Amino acid sequence: MELRKSYFADQRKDGLHEIGQPRPRLDSPGHVTGKTAYFADRNFPGMLHLKMVRSPHHHARIRSIDTSEAEKHPGVVKILTAKDVPHNVYTILILIQVGPEDETVLADGKVRWKGEAVVAVLAETERAAQEAAAKVKVDYEVLPAVFDMEEALKPGAPLVNEYHGQNYYLYDSGECRKVRFGDVEAGFAEADHILEQSYQSSPIEHAPTETTGCVVMPEGNDRFTCYTNTQAMFFTLDNTSIILQMPGSKLHFVGGTVGGGFGGKVDVIVEPIAILGAKLTGRPVSFIYSREEEMQISSPRAAEKVVIKDGVMNDGRIVARQVTGYTDAGAYSRHSPYGAQKGAAHYPGPYTIPNVWIDTYCVYTNRTPSSAMRGFGVTIGDFALEVQMDKLARLIGMDPLEFRFINAYRDGDTKAHRQPTEGAALIECMQEASRAANWPVAEKYMAMSSYKKGA
Amino acid sequence: MAIRRGRGVAAINYPTGMNLGGDPTQALVHSTPTGNFMVTLSSVDLGQGLKQIMAQICAETIGVPTDRVTIDTADTDTGPHCMGTFASRGTHRAGNAVIQAAKEARQVMLEVAAEELEVNASDLETDGQGNILVKGAPQKSISIFDVALSAHFKRGRSISGRGMFLIPRSYPEKETGAMKPSTCYAHACTVVEVEVDDETGEVTVLTVKNVFEIGRALNPKMVEQQLVGGSWMGISHALYETTEPYYPNRDHGGTDFNQYLMPGPGDLAQTEIIVLERPSADGPYGAKGPGEMCANPQIPAVANAVFDAVGVRIDTLPITPERILRALKAQAAN
Repeated sequence: MELRKSYFADQRKDGLHEIGQPRPRLDSPGHVTGKTAYFADRNFPGMLHLKMVRSPHHHARIRSIDTSEAEKHPGVVKILTAKDVPHNVYTILILIQVGPEDETVLADGKVRWKGEAVVAVLAETERAAQEAAAKVKVDYEVLPAVFDMEEALKPGAPLVNEYHGQNYYLYDSGECRKVRFGDVEAGFAEADHILEQSYQSSPIEHAPTETTGCVVMPEGNDRFTCYTNTQAMFFTLDNTSIILQMPGSKLHFVGGTVGGGFGGKVDVIVEPIAILGAKLTGRPVSFIYSREEEMQISSPRAAEKVVIKDGVMNDGRIVARQVTGYTDAGAYSRHSPYGAQKGAAHYPGPYTIPNVWIDTYCVYTNRTPSSAMRGFGVTIGDFALEVQMDKLARLIGMDPLEFRFINAYRDGDTKAHRQPTEGAALIECMQEASRAANWPVAEKYMAMSSYKKGA
Repeated sequence: MAIRRGRGVAAINYPTGMNLGGDPTQALVHSTPTGNFMVTLSSVDLGQGLKQIMAQICAETIGVPTDRVTIDTADTDTGPHCMGTFASRGTHRAGNAVIQAAKEARQVMLEVAAEELEVNASDLETDGQGNILVKGAPQKSISIFDVALSAHFKRGRSISGRGMFLIPRSYPEKETGAMKPSTCYAHACTVVEVEVDDETGEVTVLTVKNVFEIGRALNPKMVEQQLVGGSWMGISHALYETTEPYYPNRDHGGTDFNQYLMPGPGDLAQTEIIVLERPSADGPYGAKGPGEMCANPQIPAVANAVFDAVGVRIDTLPITPERILRALKAQAAN
């Protein structure tokens, strides 16, 4: 790695004592010698293991649940169903006033994705819990499912989630988050060329070294200590308090040393049910995802579809950009309404375009609920935007890097969401990339600056 | 049939912190009797090194070496509220809270030192090595060790401080989308060179040159570990990863690392990282959040390089050999 101190030197105070110094990490020796303690290193006498009975169907009505055989299985201590969860229908963003509550801790009457939690089994060993889970009998009536976002948005599509009433999230702005800036139709009318293209991604996994989980200890004072690898301590504690209808003062969360998050540990899935298990049995409880659960049950990054329509001039200026983004939330909201909205704030990318129209939709389908992941709401948008930029440059016969200089945002430019640009540095990054990659661009672009307007 | 070379570029920006703000983080700082400093937080270290960065920020602000600072975090019985470690917010939000808390503690520390030295607190400065000096007369000084002892046992003062950082929440205007998503943005430009085997569809990333603008490299070695890791993750996202290979079909999802593929050590591209620093107006010592940004530009850069190599556009992620071969077949048929 090289620090290029020549850029922005006038804006920076160098020569500090600790800041800017490559100090060795205080936690590195523990990490590399295996001495760092993670949540799963807690092992208490009498600890129970929790395993989930999961839906084998993408969409089904639950006619009945029979746990009688599972209860007789050696080592089984407690079996939990929806009726045991005090506030079973929840949504995590309710803490920042983003509703409605739309998900069940344990399925109640219906399952909406393959893998959804239906029954929790607590047993003396992992093996006993797993074997007993296989003996729980659930009678399902399979319902039509929808997996494709376009199909889900059509009239008459199977309804994924009754708490929403339609297969998209209803924002205060309507069926999508909207950004309107300038006159996009006028921009298309004046453009030398129009290019409309569609981009698609598939769900991906966070793939942390350490899978999601927690260990819960019921303390002697009616409190519960939860050792967890959540990425957000109080967010998880407060949501648990709501789900369990338990005062937050009864909950003590300990964490902060995590083997990789990437956005995969912000959903508040394992803690509430494990604490409930500890409360109802009076014993410590461990609930740790297997690698298979981490990959197919815990939320992935959403699949997204992005449609971009651009109007571009022969001289390289983009004069209009219309973006329609679709985020596949799966069966429940989790953080997806936030992510789709973040996309609306991000488009049209780091470019100054006078006419912009953005619609971003959060769509429900019968698949594993997606949620936050590194680059949430932006990563797939950047893939679409930057491939589109390459296509536009080639369409007008211009070098792709020079084409970006022409459109790059600079200090003082007004963005589509009506904020003035501050602290831009795209141009300098491209100038340095031009040098580093031996990708020459015209001198006028190398003379540009993010904060001194004019080429 | 041949191995074909191509080159692609992408340029991006990325917001620091939760979209639309409204995401608080608090910090508390206090000294021990012998002048070590405790920072109490509830922020989570995901492995990226948040604790180390908070220690360096506190040390710089108080004026002591980093090894005099201990981070006590992520215990809800002791740590004040942090919204969480996500949205490229840890360094920016928690760092600002730590600075505010450390400044308050530093002020008490200087007041106690001023009483001991019989000068005004405003005439004092720290040397970063654990001493407090009179400006312009550095021979007149006192160690922070002695100041802490005095505060605890003689003067009855608590060398401590409270810190809070919150960007007020912005609500998008319904019809126009007018809003304030973020206060600062990190930037990147990435150039990728690939080889594509037009017989097998296999893509080899030869080089990836990343230029990242991150506000301020608070600890350059840790910046490097995060940016190199992010660059690898971006390439993996572009070419390898999905839990649903035939999305929207739900079948064929991987359940372990034998089925869910990522590039291994033998597949690593020659990686170059160049860092620019344009300090953000509201960042701790100018820092922005590059944690998410650094994994994004490689994806479109790889896609553009594949087109440059073999002349087919793969507009669906991941860019698998199967998709490339199908596109080449369709191209040949036209």
